[in-house]
Amino acid sequence: MIAETGHYALVLALALALIQSTVPLVGARRRDASLMNVARSTALAQLGFVGVSFTLLVMLHVTSDFSVANVFENSHSLKPLIYKITGVWGNHEGSMLLWVSILALFGGLVAAFGNNLPLSLRAHVLAVQAWIASAFYLFILITSNPFLRIANPPIEGRDLNPVLQDIGLAVHPPMLYLGYVGFSISFSFAVAALIEGRIDAAWARWVRPWTLVAWIFLTLGIAMGSYWAYYELGWGGWWFWDPVENASLMPWLAGTALLHSAVVMEKRDALKVWTILLSILAFSLSLLGTFLVRSGVLTSVHAFATDPTRGVFILLILCIFIGGSLSLYAWRASALKQGGLFAPISREGALVLNNLFLTTACATVFIGTLYPLALEVLTGDKISVGAPFFNLTFAPLFVAAMIAVPFGPLLAWKRGDLVAAAQRLTAAGIAALLAIAVLWAWTRGGATFAPLAIGLAVFVIAGALCDLAERTGLFRMPVAISVRRARGLPRSAWGSAFAHAGVGVALIGIVCETTWNSEYIATMKPDQVAKVAGYELKLDGITQRQGPNFREMIAQFSVSLDGRPLEVMTPSKRNFTTRGSSTTEAALLTRGASQLYISLGEAAADGGIAVRIYHKPLVLLIWFGPVLMAFGGMLSLSDRRLRVGAPKPAKAGRALQAAE
Amino acid sequence: MIGGSLAVLAVAAALVLNAMRDSIVFFSTPSMAAEKHIPAGKRFRLGGLVQPGSLVRGDDLAVTFSVADGSATLPVSYNGILPDLFREGQGVVAEGALDGAGTFKADTVLAKHDETYMPKDVADALKKQGHWKDDYGAKPFAGPAKPVQGASK
Repeated sequence: MIAETGHYALVLALALALIQSTVPLVGARRRDASLMNVARSTALAQLGFVGVSFTLLVMLHVTSDFSVANVFENSHSLKPLIYKITGVWGNHEGSMLLWVSILALFGGLVAAFGNNLPLSLRAHVLAVQAWIASAFYLFILITSNPFLRIANPPIEGRDLNPVLQDIGLAVHPPMLYLGYVGFSISFSFAVAALIEGRIDAAWARWVRPWTLVAWIFLTLGIAMGSYWAYYELGWGGWWFWDPVENASLMPWLAGTALLHSAVVMEKRDALKVWTILLSILAFSLSLLGTFLVRSGVLTSVHAFATDPTRGVFILLILCIFIGGSLSLYAWRASALKQGGLFAPISREGALVLNNLFLTTACATVFIGTLYPLALEVLTGDKISVGAPFFNLTFAPLFVAAMIAVPFGPLLAWKRGDLVAAAQRLTAAGIAALLAIAVLWAWTRGGATFAPLAIGLAVFVIAGALCDLAERTGLFRMPVAISVRRARGLPRSAWGSAFAHAGVGVALIGIVCETTWNSEYIATMKPDQVAKVAGYELKLDGITQRQGPNFREMIAQFSVSLDGRPLEVMTPSKRNFTTRGSSTTEAALLTRGASQLYISLGEAAADGGIAVRIYHKPLVLLIWFGPVLMAFGGMLSLSDRRLRVGAPKPAKAGRALQAAE
Repeated sequence: MIGGSLAVLAVAAALVLNAMRDSIVFFSTPSMAAEKHIPAGKRFRLGGLVQPGSLVRGDDLAVTFSVADGSATLPVSYNGILPDLFREGQGVVAEGALDGAGTFKADTVLAKHDETYMPKDVADALKKQGHWKDDYGAKPFAGPAKPVQGASK
């Protein structure tokens, strides 16, 4: 009964979405307020029904109802409860249901908190949201129904893919989807603006917080996924330039560009058309990511070729939404009035430069990801585009962007003074040069590139601090005044300083990890000692253990530094009997921001075991950086101007800007 | 400003073209490698099935095995830990180059973290040659569907 109710709730959600996608538009044409208000109630009701549907699927998984195909294929009665719940979105059907649930959630939020939006704008936005929702409800109901029953229910399920039986699955996909789908709001706002042919600074003020929310989740989601891959896959890599990862990086780059251009639009009423285009692109790239991951073109042609309905369906959705919105853009963009002139050297100019670099970097990732697919379709040649390609294209563009980052916030709007900005950055420049010199002296004869890259990172971090010092008048004025100024500084200024510093922090982590990573790979026997980066690791012994749904081989290492015992590390290898596959559970020892990493290979016949031991200096900074960026985003989001400023932009904005 | 934009785009295009020339690795099966007479030292990705009974473990993590695609086989040598899902009779993708003696020296061995997974290139090649079995059924899944690398020493 539960499965049927869940299915029915989903059908009702589709019906509501269809109403929501048409009636408010008719209302907007006829200027009929009651018809336009239908959007609000249907959006909330739709959220309710999808919520019911999703909750019921979770219940089916928790109660291990193996008469439902989705539960049978991805669950096991012995699986711990947390993985029964997270297993809901560890498979295609469930994750698509999570996708639409989040879409409905965002629609519901606009409906609930959009009371101060112009009525017709809200009607249009919610209608566009409903178009997307309808398409994906249809997709789920026609090609990927999670509530399908099996005629002869089996007694036991097939278990979830062991790699996914990890706390990472509880956090990573929902975060990523909140990011992906969050961009649907700015997309809907953009399309609504194009339909209405009207756009103003208040529009940007509305779009910015939504974009920011999506961006925060996407940032955290990508970082979380990277850390998950790092500790779960067992060879210490944290970024693979795999198409699945690129699929999430592209919307992130476009979204970051959008955040910056929306600032220009909000403050200076310029770059309107470009902001609209970026809104469309950010969500289009999210859809593309969904297509790449969900259609199976990447993981296996087989899935695509034998069951093309799913792939073709998503491709169709992709073409309609991306093609449709871009055509609408081409047709209507000229109707939007441009405003706000500015000189090339100005805050606006810096933000344009930022956008240029981010979108170009995004384009290189796009080419690297899709070129092999296109080539295979066109010529049949198979190639792989891996890390070397991205290191040669993405990295130089990113370095150039990083050099420019500290200058942006120090330039004035409209017309800036580059020389003055450079003077204010003197301290940051000196810090960077010092860092380079010290590192050079310290690692003489070593890598030449690493000190330069770290110097750049220091420049970015110090630049962010300089900007804050400049705004608060630190060192120029009495401390009391500085503190008062710091309090009065808009949260968004703090936010951007934190986010920029976060990029620098992540860069330091990346450079240290890739340059000074030491590794030790060998077969070890009990009582043998491995020496890695000054640490001594003694293999004490190997034991076996029975877990809830796996058998585990655990190796015990005693770690010591300079003869002083530190800790015991226990990497293991799990063998999941139901699926007949194994996973490597790496052991991590964190010292400061550096980590010691052990993972196991196969056991040899003579009692030895293959081990991989890494010392990764400052590796945690790679993820600490994105966390700082997200924190900066949250600070920005808590800015009073964004919370209350939307309906009455001028007043609220001016009152606080005076503090700058 | 427009000039600046064009300059950035031009630089980006140059970077992409340059990278395309140098850093792209082609994929071959053993029979394609024999047909094309790939010179020793040229990097490529070799894909196929691990020939059952061909896996020999040497001293200190050295392994040799053969990769077959139904009509040809190629011996592979590798030094390092093989990925969890490396099995005889299963699909594999190795990256490296041929040495003078015609052995493929792999520095990376790739597999995917799913026992039903067949690397896409291998699946295509096998299908083309009529060696495809339907029980290789692969299912895409959410999560880190990333290649797992056996790092070499």
